[in-house]
Amino acid sequence: MASNSSSDRQRIAQQRLRIIAGHLRAPVDSDSTILAAECKAQGSKTDVSSERKTVPRRRQEILKWNGWGYSDTRFLFNKKGQAEFTGKRYRLSGMIIPALQNWFEGTFGASVQHKSPAMPILTSSAVQPPTLNEAFVDELKSTGIPCSHDAEDRVFRGHGHCLHEVFALREGKVGRVPDIVVWPNCHNDVVKIVELACKHNVCLIPYGGGTSVSSALECPPEETRCIVSLDTSQMNRILWIDEKNLTAHVEAGIVGQELERLLNESGYCTGHEPDSMEFSSLGGWVATRASGMKKNIYGNIEDLVVHVKMVTPQGVIEKGCQCPRMSTGPDIHHFIMGSEGTLGVVTEVTMKIRPMPEYQKYGSVVFPNFEQGVACLREVAKQRCAPASIRLMDNEQFKFGHALKPQVSSIFTSFLDGLKKFYITKFKGFDPDRLCVATLLFEGDREKVLQHEKQVYDIAAKFGGLAAGEDNGQRGYMLTFVIAYLRDLGMDYYVIGESFETSVPWDRVLDICRNVKARIIQECKDKGVQFSPLSTCRVTQTYDAGACVYFYFAFNYRGLSDPVHVYEQVEHAAREEILANGGSLSHHHGVGKLRKEWMRETISDVGMGMLKSVKNYVDPKNIFGNRNLI
Amino acid sequence: GKTRALDPMLKKRDDFEDILEERRNSSDLKYALRCYTPVLYKGVTPCTSSMLKSMVLQSDQLHYVINQVSKETGKATDDIKEEASAILEEMAQCLQLSTVRFFAFTLSKAFKTLFRSICVNEDGIQRLQQAIQEHPVVLLPSHRSYMDFLLMSYILYTYDVALPVIAAGMDFMGMKFVGEMLRMSGAFFIRRSFGGDKLYWALFSEYVKTMLKNGFAPVEFFLEGTRSRTSKSLTPKLGLLNIVMDPFLKGEVFDVNVVPVSISYERVLEETLYARELLGIPKPKESTSGLFKARKILSEDYGSIHVYFGQPVSVRSLAQGKVNRCQFNLVPRHIPRRPSEDIASFVNDSAYRLVRAQEENMVLKPWVLVASLLLQYHHQNQAAGQKRGIALGELTAQAVWLRDLSRQYGAFLHWPDHIPPSEVVSSSLTLHRGLVRICEDKVQLAVEQGFSVAPEEELLSQAVILLSCASYRNQALHVFVRPALLALAIHTASSNQKQEVFNSFSFLRNMFSNEFILCPGATVQDFEEACYLLVKTGALQFTQQEVLVTERGHRTLAFLSTMLDPFLQGYQVVCRFLCEEATETLTEKQFIPAVRKFIKKLLLAGRLRYMEVLSSDLQKNSLAALLRLGAVRKMKGTPE
Repeated sequence: MASNSSSDRQRIAQQRLRIIAGHLRAPVDSDSTILAAECKAQGSKTDVSSERKTVPRRRQEILKWNGWGYSDTRFLFNKKGQAEFTGKRYRLSGMIIPALQNWFEGTFGASVQHKSPAMPILTSSAVQPPTLNEAFVDELKSTGIPCSHDAEDRVFRGHGHCLHEVFALREGKVGRVPDIVVWPNCHNDVVKIVELACKHNVCLIPYGGGTSVSSALECPPEETRCIVSLDTSQMNRILWIDEKNLTAHVEAGIVGQELERLLNESGYCTGHEPDSMEFSSLGGWVATRASGMKKNIYGNIEDLVVHVKMVTPQGVIEKGCQCPRMSTGPDIHHFIMGSEGTLGVVTEVTMKIRPMPEYQKYGSVVFPNFEQGVACLREVAKQRCAPASIRLMDNEQFKFGHALKPQVSSIFTSFLDGLKKFYITKFKGFDPDRLCVATLLFEGDREKVLQHEKQVYDIAAKFGGLAAGEDNGQRGYMLTFVIAYLRDLGMDYYVIGESFETSVPWDRVLDICRNVKARIIQECKDKGVQFSPLSTCRVTQTYDAGACVYFYFAFNYRGLSDPVHVYEQVEHAAREEILANGGSLSHHHGVGKLRKEWMRETISDVGMGMLKSVKNYVDPKNIFGNRNLI
Repeated sequence: GKTRALDPMLKKRDDFEDILEERRNSSDLKYALRCYTPVLYKGVTPCTSSMLKSMVLQSDQLHYVINQVSKETGKATDDIKEEASAILEEMAQCLQLSTVRFFAFTLSKAFKTLFRSICVNEDGIQRLQQAIQEHPVVLLPSHRSYMDFLLMSYILYTYDVALPVIAAGMDFMGMKFVGEMLRMSGAFFIRRSFGGDKLYWALFSEYVKTMLKNGFAPVEFFLEGTRSRTSKSLTPKLGLLNIVMDPFLKGEVFDVNVVPVSISYERVLEETLYARELLGIPKPKESTSGLFKARKILSEDYGSIHVYFGQPVSVRSLAQGKVNRCQFNLVPRHIPRRPSEDIASFVNDSAYRLVRAQEENMVLKPWVLVASLLLQYHHQNQAAGQKRGIALGELTAQAVWLRDLSRQYGAFLHWPDHIPPSEVVSSSLTLHRGLVRICEDKVQLAVEQGFSVAPEEELLSQAVILLSCASYRNQALHVFVRPALLALAIHTASSNQKQEVFNSFSFLRNMFSNEFILCPGATVQDFEEACYLLVKTGALQFTQQEVLVTERGHRTLAFLSTMLDPFLQGYQVVCRFLCEEATETLTEKQFIPAVRKFIKKLLLAGRLRYMEVLSSDLQKNSLAALLRLGAVRKMKGTPE
């Protein structure tokens, strides 16, 4: 043990040196000042050293404190009113997006003349001084585990990315935030922290990537104890790779893009790619039952996890072997997965890995209408031939995607685009206000991919679908990473919005899409929103028995005195509509505190009792006091 | 706030426009051939009548039921499918614009000779247009005449609104040619009873839902199920309402807009026909030749028609907080299920609300008030043994008093204020000259007496006049019924104690709830409304504990309670019949003839005041009430 931690310390020291060196090199190679690796969305591979860390302790050095993603990356309308995407991280970075302004102004009734800028910096007076449990802090310091009660560090960990959280930050408003942030470096550090927390009765809130959209990271305002944010970001190593069994044992603080990058270096991947994978962590995935874009090949987190180690107030919970399946009573993994930080901290996970795919191919299909598109997805699911990913955007989202097309460099491309448009709308008679598009991603060995591709396109043709090229497909997937940045742009111009998801049986898909979208529009009208909102959806995952549906919703809030409240009322109504239409409370975002009120009807009284009794046994003093879920 | 909500005077209603005016000034042919381009539902899936049929036959619902029937009966599914297809053939509409144009032409001609005007609230039409675009629409007209649905389609055609498909009773199909004509103008036909026939029910409900969901056309049906022979609104039938609300409850559409439509006739075409029917004089079967015989009615003046398109009611907002739609989450939606308790009571409550909405916008003509007064006067006179009528001047004065009272109660009264009241009264008397006699400035009902015919025949011919008159009075009942029940309650309560009066009100209301449209579970609300109206008009005063009738209130209360007297006597006489005459072997079928015979005997002996009690409607309602209250029991037995 001792040797282990001393080698750790050594490694940390080396790492610090490297960081400092990096800072010094900055003017020569501006790229390397940024500790973030090449973004997944870039799609290309670089020779980044595996020793570079994605997430520093002081996250605010590379990430926005009051918005999504990297500080150097954002959308803006330049002096000519054209939209631009800054930075160098993404394929879209540095490009002009000529159609966005028109779409934005037309869709929301907004204007690039009317700005609603965010407060540029956090005034530390806005942050309550920390409530410190001195005895705990003293003992913590004696362990040598790094910690901080700096206001910026605390504020950064007091929120996720719900609209109300980000909106408040932009206005410089800060509520209850953690009193200390602590950065354990390994499993044993976590064990010590949890022991101390129990001993001194402080509240622990695990913090992974901070990408929660369920108010899970919000500190309960009624919590009077000292709140400690346990930031897992420094626990980010792959501890071993087992090529015989195709598993990797990984520390739970690692973020998605880092995990994939490191595995790729050895020729492997997990294939788990949630939309937030640039920032979200392995432990967070386990704690929320995450789902990845390519789950059709690799499975969701529950299919990928072979072994989990979690530190709880009662001690460490883990299985005694690394077996593929067991019949040993209820699977204890299922107490851990989805526990949302209420029972303990996930520290290490053994995950399945796969050899990296030999070949990847994007694709897209245009359908005359959404109904046909859904019918096609259903058929694909029925024949169990879904590609790695298949997503169906509705008409509004199709138009939105179009508005995000960057300036074309050659006349030839724009000519081709025009021709394509002519073929689809005029020759094939698709109504531009009804057609919708499915994006596809195939993966595997080349021959099988091509065969698979043909099979899917043949099915699509039966439902009136026309192949619409690789570009459209690839752009669709790229957008999933940049779309979160767009919300910040909207908020600069009086537009607020959010996405939320559900899962639903196949026979309900069309009904739920129609009704939830209509409900959003009606509620906005009833609540006095002056301009009709953007209310759109897409089907993002297919299963044997149903699908996952994502809704996007945004509106112009000019003229409203309390836009966030209106927003929350509408989202609440939309969730009621989802439940009334047979949808689930959540497919993969989790419950947090945002959707707690519906848990009882979702899992029944007895179900609630079961969860509560587990909580009472594992954590009787409510050390893990984020009050999520139940 | 609360009193304002109760005040019917504050109801705002639209103005009317006479659509016949233009017909009298321009070519009917041009009108029939004009360009017709209605606005459709925004989510419409364009399809033809025959595509609709195949959609129904291929639906999951039907597959399920066909398999079920096949398992139960052992018949091959193909045979059942054929049967289904034949039923659908018999049921389905095949709306054709050419037929509609034919009707537009011929009805223009007919309407112009029959009616002085057909008045429509254009604002209501505009609201309907809007509603049709947004969500599937259900049209719910009141039903007082065969004319109703032709009239509806005629108006919608006139205003370029989407033509509805209409649920019609199978009896129309008897008239061969006309039946097919109606089918081509959008009618679809339902068997009157199909009790346990699963296949029929599945086809029928799926057919209606398919048309509704796809926005094929607004679906029109009569909530009252059949034409009201008494001009009183009938207790709503729930079958079709259940069907049209189902797509919303199951999430298959975002919302359904229900539009109550109130059609008021100044003179109902079927006036005496109805009276005869109620008296048991057999009704001629609907037949084409019968319809042609009806030509003689073309020579008469039937006054004007008012059609009021009410505020569209969103089923979604009706269901808000009343129905938990999650109940459909655990069983596939195409498997037929009996509606749960909350849905059954939601549909029932909604049905009553919608009938109330129809009632509220029924236009009342001055004659309705005059008829009410003449009826009361007739019975008082008869009791006093007098045979002379009421002086026109006095009748006018009373009518003016009643006009003001009914306005205070929120009646939608069309009384031309710019014309002297005496002229208003005389012209109503002229229009209804078949029902009244005026001699030497005295007015009385046209009840002939002392002819040498057989007494029973004389009784019936008098009853025809009285029942016809009563049907006009009934048009105003919805305005007066709540205060009238209170008046009667004060009259019958053992003391003036508020609680006593309420108990008595509650009893009467409960007893009469098959007779009048009284929303289930709204006793307190109705009581409060009645109190509010009577206090507001100065007829009642309330102290801490007591209800006091004011000096001027006696006249109002007497009028109101007298209005309900015939009903009270009707229920009493049915009870008497059941006590004195009914035996264990009395079947439901025999009930009406037997009670009718019993009543005739009493009437001829001069022991009953109101001939109205001869009305089979009253008799049926009282039996239903007694059954509901558990005073009478229905037993299943073998016939004979």
